[in-house]
Amino acid sequence: MPSDEIVIALRDVNKWYGSFHALRDVSLAVHRGERVVVAGPSGSGKSTMIRCINRLEEHQAGAITVNGVELTSDVKSVEAVRRDVGMVFQQFNLFPHLTVLENLTLAPIWVKKMRRSEATDLAMSYLTRVKIREHADKYPGQLSGGQQQRVAIARSLCMKPSIMLFDEPTSALDPEMIKEVLDVMVELAEDGMTMVCVTHEMGFARQVADSVVFMAEGQIVETAPPAEFFAHPKEERTRQFLSQIIRH
Amino acid sequence: MAAPLPLSGGLLSRPLAWSRRHLFNSPTNAVMTVVVLWLLWATIPPVVDWALLKAVWVGDPAACRAAGGACWAFVGQKYRLILFGIYPYEEQWRPLLAIVLFIVLMLVSAHPASWRRWLFWLWLSGLALVALLMWGGVAGLPFVANDRWGGLPLTLVLSTSGIVLSFPLAVLLALGRRSRLPAVRAASIAYIELWRGVPLVSVLFMASIMFPLFLPEGVTIDKLLRAQLGIILFTAAYVAEAVRGGLQAIPRGQAEAAEALGLGYWQKTRLIILPQALRLVIPPLVGQFITTFKDTSLVIIIGLYDLLSSTKVALSDPQWRGFYVEGYIAAAGIYFLFTFSMSRYSQYLERRLNRGRI
Repeated sequence: MPSDEIVIALRDVNKWYGSFHALRDVSLAVHRGERVVVAGPSGSGKSTMIRCINRLEEHQAGAITVNGVELTSDVKSVEAVRRDVGMVFQQFNLFPHLTVLENLTLAPIWVKKMRRSEATDLAMSYLTRVKIREHADKYPGQLSGGQQQRVAIARSLCMKPSIMLFDEPTSALDPEMIKEVLDVMVELAEDGMTMVCVTHEMGFARQVADSVVFMAEGQIVETAPPAEFFAHPKEERTRQFLSQIIRH
Repeated sequence: MAAPLPLSGGLLSRPLAWSRRHLFNSPTNAVMTVVVLWLLWATIPPVVDWALLKAVWVGDPAACRAAGGACWAFVGQKYRLILFGIYPYEEQWRPLLAIVLFIVLMLVSAHPASWRRWLFWLWLSGLALVALLMWGGVAGLPFVANDRWGGLPLTLVLSTSGIVLSFPLAVLLALGRRSRLPAVRAASIAYIELWRGVPLVSVLFMASIMFPLFLPEGVTIDKLLRAQLGIILFTAAYVAEAVRGGLQAIPRGQAEAAEALGLGYWQKTRLIILPQALRLVIPPLVGQFITTFKDTSLVIIIGLYDLLSSTKVALSDPQWRGFYVEGYIAAAGIYFLFTFSMSRYSQYLERRLNRGRI
């Protein structure tokens, strides 16, 4: 169950790409242990928002605080936040020149200065957890999309983050591989990880989310627990979106 | 598409039918075939005649002039001058050993398994040993000033140092050109465009003639060192652009993934970006290295005796006047040996580094 402690706080965040207003007065609070699913049509700013949380994108107005550290242009604060926030990308972004095992041990060794043997043990335990241990010595290009995404999740977990961000983790996958990735994410949610997940997988949202955030045109339109969100959406824009994506 | 035609089988068993199908299947092809056959007939026999049949392998200039073929005896007579320049004759085992050392260093570095930290120290001690051999002055070796260095060792010193030392500078310039800091970016662009905008010949002239004028009185920097610096700085600009091409080909997601894991700029660059970028630019890099290797011959204009210049010196012997073709073929053969090895090596490297990866 989520605690009262707020670990991610966005306050009136604004962002522009040139003249395009990508985020408009976005405010959001995520508690420790909370699972937030962010939904919305493409171009609504969901990815931009989640990428602002570990400062892959810079916001131009407002404040973002993660684990009590405010994100500014100060490199130290950014690196502190990134060490504690894992991220999984739509395109996996595994390092193709390194083996699966090396992908996992890289950051623990270089960022956390862990001993190689220790990092290898840690990596193998996470690879076991995402059921991919036997592929440790392969290169990412030799794995299927679903396997690559599970490796990417394990790679993030090796840094022992307290928060995980998922940016459309299943959107680039073939349909038959979506489940194996979602299973890993569900397991992670059950372990009490704080998660912010941009996804179109409404089944996942129903199953694990504590709250669903709906965004459109750079704004948060509505935030509600999944049961309420799906059964009784308050806003017209939300109803319209749900009618388009939920086909029974 | 037509099915692939059997080439060797048909040619050997039914030559007439085969050539009708492949060489004379249309009027244009028939004419082309005749022209090509005539060209081959007109060129190959005289070349073989000159280079082999009528060639003089051992003998004096008179024998050469009488024979009318290639005078390889000239190369046999002058090979030490060509290879070692005007380095003192009795001490020429030293540059020979230096050449061997260079080749060993290159062979050791060629294998990816030896791309470890010790390789750096191996090169450092290898180059120190080369310097010790060439200069001498210690351990009973007579001192040889570097204005007497010449031939292949000089070419190897200039080109190897040019390539090895320009590379780190080039990587920094390529990164600088993509930097988010305006001052760093501007400086990198200015450097690259400035050096690419001038010919190497003028760089060498500047290094040799202009540069000393700007030094305070009493300070002199060796001519060889000045030329070497010029070559390094010049090459760096070109290599930087090749490296930048590789950097641009790496998807943005790679940098983002590295950043999201908490890697700092230098860690990200060294561990994630550069290993991938450099692999992509092996062909243009090797092309640039081959160019640099050959371009060192331009030091002839500032009076350094590299391989090509020492060949020219050998040719100026009044007794052996006139055997230019033989002399330059010998020098070209040595250049070719090195540059061809480089390009074969780059193909090997590409194949090997791509094994099992995307």
